[in-house]
Amino acid sequence: MKTNSQETTASIWVEAIRKDRKATAGAIIIGIFLLIAIVGPFFVGDPHEPVGIPLQPPSRSHLLGTTGQGQDVLAQVVVGTRMSLAIGFCVGIIVVMVGALIGITAGFFGGWVDSVLSLLINVFLVIPGLPLAIVIAAYLPSGPLTLGLVLVITGWAWNARVLRAQTLSVRRRDFVAAAVVTGESSLRIVSREILPTMTSLIVAQIIGSTVYAIGAQVGLEFLGLGDVATVTWGTNLYWAQNDSALLMGAWWTFVPTGLCIALVGFGLTMLNSGFDEITNPRLRLERVWRAFLGGLGRPPEPSTPVVRIAE
Amino acid sequence: MRYILRRLGFYLVAAWAAVTLNFFLPRLMPGDPATALFARFRGQLSPEAMEALRETFGLTEAPLVKQYLTYLGHILRGDMGISVAYFPSEVSGVIATGLLWTILIAGTAVVVSFAIGTTLGIIAASRRGGWLDNVLPSVLIFVGSFPYFWLAMVVLFIMGFTLRWFPLGHAYSDNLTPSLSLEFISSVLTHAFLPVATVVVATLGGWLLSMRNNMVSVLGSDYVNLARAKGLKPARVIMRYAARNALLPSVTGFGMALGYILGGSLLTEIVFSYPGQGYLLVQAVRNQDYPLMQGIFLMITLAVLGANLIIDVVYLWLDPRTREIGR
Repeated sequence: MKTNSQETTASIWVEAIRKDRKATAGAIIIGIFLLIAIVGPFFVGDPHEPVGIPLQPPSRSHLLGTTGQGQDVLAQVVVGTRMSLAIGFCVGIIVVMVGALIGITAGFFGGWVDSVLSLLINVFLVIPGLPLAIVIAAYLPSGPLTLGLVLVITGWAWNARVLRAQTLSVRRRDFVAAAVVTGESSLRIVSREILPTMTSLIVAQIIGSTVYAIGAQVGLEFLGLGDVATVTWGTNLYWAQNDSALLMGAWWTFVPTGLCIALVGFGLTMLNSGFDEITNPRLRLERVWRAFLGGLGRPPEPSTPVVRIAE
Repeated sequence: MRYILRRLGFYLVAAWAAVTLNFFLPRLMPGDPATALFARFRGQLSPEAMEALRETFGLTEAPLVKQYLTYLGHILRGDMGISVAYFPSEVSGVIATGLLWTILIAGTAVVVSFAIGTTLGIIAASRRGGWLDNVLPSVLIFVGSFPYFWLAMVVLFIMGFTLRWFPLGHAYSDNLTPSLSLEFISSVLTHAFLPVATVVVATLGGWLLSMRNNMVSVLGSDYVNLARAKGLKPARVIMRYAARNALLPSVTGFGMALGYILGGSLLTEIVFSYPGQGYLLVQAVRNQDYPLMQGIFLMITLAVLGANLIIDVVYLWLDPRTREIGR
């Protein structure tokens, strides 16, 4: 029974992604990168080992050339994908979990709890994230754990703010009031009544937070605040800058990594905007309506509110 | 007025939070913070000077509360200690040298990007279905997916290294001394062009998209329809009726985005070796110059808080509804 309902939920999501062109494109891009992250490292050599003359342009033996230390750029990009995506997705999920915990608590309990937590959220929103992250990371021993911690500290507030607002609006609905009157425990109301209404929002937030986590992680590692001995996208760019690859004309040391970062970010954003149309019926309706008008040979003008209500 | 006072109160709390964070961060470090903090000073400073520095950071043997109060006192007087990397300059002095450059780069970039992006957003929304509406947002989102500093590297490589149109770094030519001469100003402008352009290109998509979406929803509202029905000129309806109101969420977003954009522009400074706060911050990190690092963090935070306060005042002026609430 339970597996059955889970299967249908999953198939609804798959179906939804397939129906939307943007979401499909995003899913394919992310799928390819996940594949590279999982099996890619088995097909390339050791990214640490110097295999040729430093700063060689792309050739048949080294498809993407070599770095300033004679390492294979392709191997570095592929191996870097694994670490960067792993940190990105983990941090993305944790950031939303922390945000959900604080945001939903604030929205659900209201009163002084809300006042205190809202203040905390707003303070963290207004303190610039990158400088704070740099200062914290500089004090702690470098490594993936520190990096993750720093990204969570500087990234949770935005999610908390959105989820708090959403909880506030769901809290006022009748079915929540009914559950409160029935005497359900707060935990049960939040987990069984409120959370399920926010599934799509939370999925969208996880995707958005992953984009943030990858970008911020690359930025911090570029500054040398990660563990520069491990191979990630950020450290690749750090070494490219450190070895003055730019001033030697060695574009191949930083262009492939940057393209990967942008493609993953773009793919995730596409996936998200696709979800948006799935979960936001208004956007979908408008598109159906415009397609209908287009089919009648009329220009698809923006629909007026009257039409939208009639729909 | 009450609205402004309330916001002012919030920013004061936020500033206090940042200062307090700054106080506790060194104490997060494994081991004795004072030893690590001043390890690099050893041999450079006399024991008395060392003691004065400890005092500044409140890292004395006194109880924590007393340390904290001493520290607050020093911060209020603007005393942030002595820089290690730029010994024996004071941290506040070192920061001041970089502040102007960062404000020049980040400030210009934010304003230019907001103006162009918002204008394009208005045009895209008023001609829905045109190429500006269909193609440009996707392209700009894709460009926005690149890390700022990576875009900076590419731009520097193409325009600076290969084509040699622009200088490769720094704020002005080495052979010039700062003055109000035409030569110096033009040197500053050519050096600032690429960093500013990078940040503008990276952030344009966000402004365009948010303005376009606001415009689309405002254009569907009844009062805009009424204005159209009255037979007003389309340009007047767009600018006077729709755009004015659609601008409000973008202004709120302006304050939010400021910290984020500033972060990106700090990274951009590093690529261009531009002597602003970002460059100083990274130098401080590399040299383990903790006093300078903390000073810069505090300075940047206070600047962002100040800018947010200004935006709140502007918002009050733009949106009469907030004035009503404030009363």
